Amino acid sequence: MNNRLDIRAVLIGLLMFFAIWQVLAWMIQRPIMPSPFQVLPIFFGSLFGELGIHFLASTGRVLAAIALAVVSAVPIGLGLGQMPQVNRIFAPLIAIVYPIPKIVFLPVIYVLMGITDISKIFLIALIIFFQILVVVRDEAANLHPELILSVRSLGAGRRALFRYVYFPASLPAVLTALRVSVGTAVAVLFIAEQSLTTYGLGYFIVVETYQVLRYPEMYAGILAMGLLGLVLYLIIYHLELKVNYYRAEEQN
Amino acid sequence: MITIKNLTFAYGSRAPIFQGYSLEIERGEALSIIGPSGCGKTTLLYLLAGLRHPQAGSITIDQNPITRPRPRSGLVLQDHGLLPWQTVRENARLGLTIWGFYGSDGRHAPVDENISSRQADLRVDGWLAKLGIESLRDQYPLKLSRGQRQRTAIARTLAMQPDVLLMDEPFSALDAPTREDLQKFIIDLHAASDLTYIIVTHDIEVAVVMGKKILALAKGCNQNAHMIDNACAGPTTGRRQDEFQQTCEDVRDLLGSLT
Repeated sequence: MNNRLDIRAVLIGLLMFFAIWQVLAWMIQRPIMPSPFQVLPIFFGSLFGELGIHFLASTGRVLAAIALAVVSAVPIGLGLGQMPQVNRIFAPLIAIVYPIPKIVFLPVIYVLMGITDISKIFLIALIIFFQILVVVRDEAANLHPELILSVRSLGAGRRALFRYVYFPASLPAVLTALRVSVGTAVAVLFIAEQSLTTYGLGYFIVVETYQVLRYPEMYAGILAMGLLGLVLYLIIYHLELKVNYYRAEEQN
Repeated sequence: MITIKNLTFAYGSRAPIFQGYSLEIERGEALSIIGPSGCGKTTLLYLLAGLRHPQAGSITIDQNPITRPRPRSGLVLQDHGLLPWQTVRENARLGLTIWGFYGSDGRHAPVDENISSRQADLRVDGWLAKLGIESLRDQYPLKLSRGQRQRTAIARTLAMQPDVLLMDEPFSALDAPTREDLQKFIIDLHAASDLTYIIVTHDIEVAVVMGKKILALAKGCNQNAHMIDNACAGPTTGRRQDEFQQTCEDVRDLLGSLT
């Protein structure tokens, strides 16, 4: 993480983003590219109304998917990392499935699990699951055997090893995996929400605005979705800095 | 008393490192284990710590068979084994924290000792002070020198008040003053208590300074214990040079005769 993000950097970034947007709006001069001065009032005006409800629906789905993925991938990753003989059996399967864009399973999941929120959450969780699984497994496997032995000599059994060694050792990697996969998660959410729901930013952007040519409102939706991705990214990034405190100290 | 009877141990399907190996170590002994790399000296230490298990034979400490780490045996490894995300103080307290995590169950923690969190803090701070690292207690291991990390690891083990202290090359990466200082610390601690310590080293001089008895291991399969008594163990200061050099020669000859 040499690309440090503080409040100043975020503000400057936002300013440049809106400046370029404004320039594009001047150059293109068509309804599909409204000026941010037209979009921002709509965005803030509806954020506590209709848009806000769609925003909350999308946020809820992403958070549920993150929770589901973390709760399932961390224990499995730790288990595989600690048990090389089991890992050897599953490693080829994981290596094959890991790079598959999980969105292609969308129709299968819809048919098998029904067209509910559960199936959308499951699809997003699937993407994050493999990211976390792989890093946690590798992190647990890379822990120095002597470290484990010396902590075991203090009396630690499996439970204490998990609590005092494996969990804190893999936490930074879990957050890094989340940070890099949250963008993909929001992208897949956008696609999953385009059908078979009436709430969510994907639905709002495609069905409620784009298809009926409400371009400024559509941009408010795009801003909201961008905000969702950005806020999640910043929160995870901040947590990452926090759990890496002992490394940050070293650099000073 | 530590008793090893007819020990046989091999890694996987490789040739055994120990076969029918027997050894007795008295309570309060100061023992050095020396030998070339790959001779099984660290393995023997892990067996005594309950981290490896004999294929045949038995290891007992005070008549209790060692099948898992024993709460009153302390282990200090060369690679320190400190948690990088914990401060010196948290690391030094880790053993007592794990005892607290399990309670006095007799498996992970001793039955006869149930110390409060505050008592644990005080005891850890006491050891940090004795080892001269109390000013570093809020630092993280990555920022420390090797000597400071080794002191932290020793404080962590001593905070658990072991009666057997097992050390694997504890001084090997240290500069001479730090090494001598820590050697003296362990020797003084041993003199003031009935602590049994066993130190594994590849360095003949360290073995002679630290071990009132010196156990030599051979590369290959160890079947008989080769132990010599050492009258000139102790801190380097005031050492009778001739006798010390002679003992080092004796150890060297013994090691030579084993290969």
